Amino acid sequence: MNPLLNVTGVSKFYGNRIGCKDVSFDLYPGEVMGIVGESGSGKSTLLNCLAGHLGPDTGAVNFDTRIEGMRDTITMSEPERRMLSRTDWAFVHQHARDGLRMNVSAGGNVGERLMAVGARHYGEIRDQATDWLSRVEINADRVDDRPSAFSGGMQQRLQIARNLVTGPRLVFMDEPTGGLDVSVQARLLDLLRGLVREMNLSAIIVTHDLAVVRLLADRLMVMKDGHVVETGLTDQVLDDPQHGYTQLLVSSVLQV
Amino acid sequence: MITVDNVSKSFTLHNQGVATIPVMVGASLQVQAGECVALVGQSGSGKSTLMRMIYGNYLTASGRIMVGDLDVAAAAPRDILALRRYTLGYVSQFLRVVPRVPTVEVVAEPLLATGTGRSAAIARAEVLLDNLNIPERLWSLSPTTFSGGEQQRVNIARGFAYNYPALLLDEPTASLDGVNREVVMSMIEEAKARGASIVGIFHDEAARDRVCDREIDVTGFTPRTAI
Repeated sequence: MNPLLNVTGVSKFYGNRIGCKDVSFDLYPGEVMGIVGESGSGKSTLLNCLAGHLGPDTGAVNFDTRIEGMRDTITMSEPERRMLSRTDWAFVHQHARDGLRMNVSAGGNVGERLMAVGARHYGEIRDQATDWLSRVEINADRVDDRPSAFSGGMQQRLQIARNLVTGPRLVFMDEPTGGLDVSVQARLLDLLRGLVREMNLSAIIVTHDLAVVRLLADRLMVMKDGHVVETGLTDQVLDDPQHGYTQLLVSSVLQV
Repeated sequence: MITVDNVSKSFTLHNQGVATIPVMVGASLQVQAGECVALVGQSGSGKSTLMRMIYGNYLTASGRIMVGDLDVAAAAPRDILALRRYTLGYVSQFLRVVPRVPTVEVVAEPLLATGTGRSAAIARAEVLLDNLNIPERLWSLSPTTFSGGEQQRVNIARGFAYNYPALLLDEPTASLDGVNREVVMSMIEEAKARGASIVGIFHDEAARDRVCDREIDVTGFTPRTAI
């Protein structure tokens, strides 16, 4: 099987400071990879480089496109990359308001992404939007409400529906459960796990919450000061950490 | 099916004066199909450590751990994931699940992950839960609020849902009453009968004598310096 994403030597510098340095990995279909590290470790910089929001200074991000096979998404043209981010890619922001249009109805938020890939039949768009709202457990009677009238947890679920409606193959998530209270977090984790399995999604999840990656991610990458210090199976890295920083990270978690 | 060949392991604690603690050296064992091998030795001698190394949960410093065709000690994470999905099951002492997921789904998950249809997977999960005397009214609830014994039985049901060719059992009868202990014993015997290779830790001596063909004392793998 070929990897869906092949990342080689990605670095990003902010002047003299290192954003992330020389990151390489393969991600296969159906695989979920977690990236952990403290604030400022470069995990969000890396995610934004991978997703095409930031231009890395060196390296390649090869994606297995449906039509042309492996393509370097950094050197491809802006319209091509934009098309990719509307179809095969999805990006779930930490703050739902960054990923939603707050002045458009919930149904409109989901339908907009469908229209961006050419859907024009109003009835079908609305049906699909309603279907996706129910899959993320938002009642059909809220389809015409604006996201500003939703709770934080509902907004996050709406953002996920908006992202997944076009059937992407790769989802980037930046702290998807950050800022939500724990009961809402559990519900969202359950939802994400189900969707990953049913749609055979690959995902890259940036978080600082080790409990979240243990439950969601197959593999883990630990970052410190822009460098990847350790990688491996999630449970292996958490239960038998090799690097001093990972050991510190794991032993600092408060037990409930 | 399972071959451990001259395996060693040490822990390095970077934040406690870079102390290196050797915990295992020269560990070797073999388990044939249909055979159950018990790991014995006093607490701290490395039974769980060896088991976790076979599962790929702990890294192996040197040596080979073959499970089927895969050397777990050197395999890529992706290959270990596939091994765990289709070949190697593990019943741990603790239940770790996503909160809010119903018990029946927790048990059916290994089947869903290997491509069994939803209704067949749920049906199999219900049979297992029923055999293990988990009351039906609990099936739709999350096991996170269950008693210790109930959680252990959910864990066992989950570990036996898919017919793995190799199984690791960490004290599967520890907190069970007589009736349920008997159910688990016969599940282990059935697994052996269909040819599964089993490595187990049993503090329950009667259980060990009944289902295990051999004992391996891991004290023999403890580095001399650590004694």
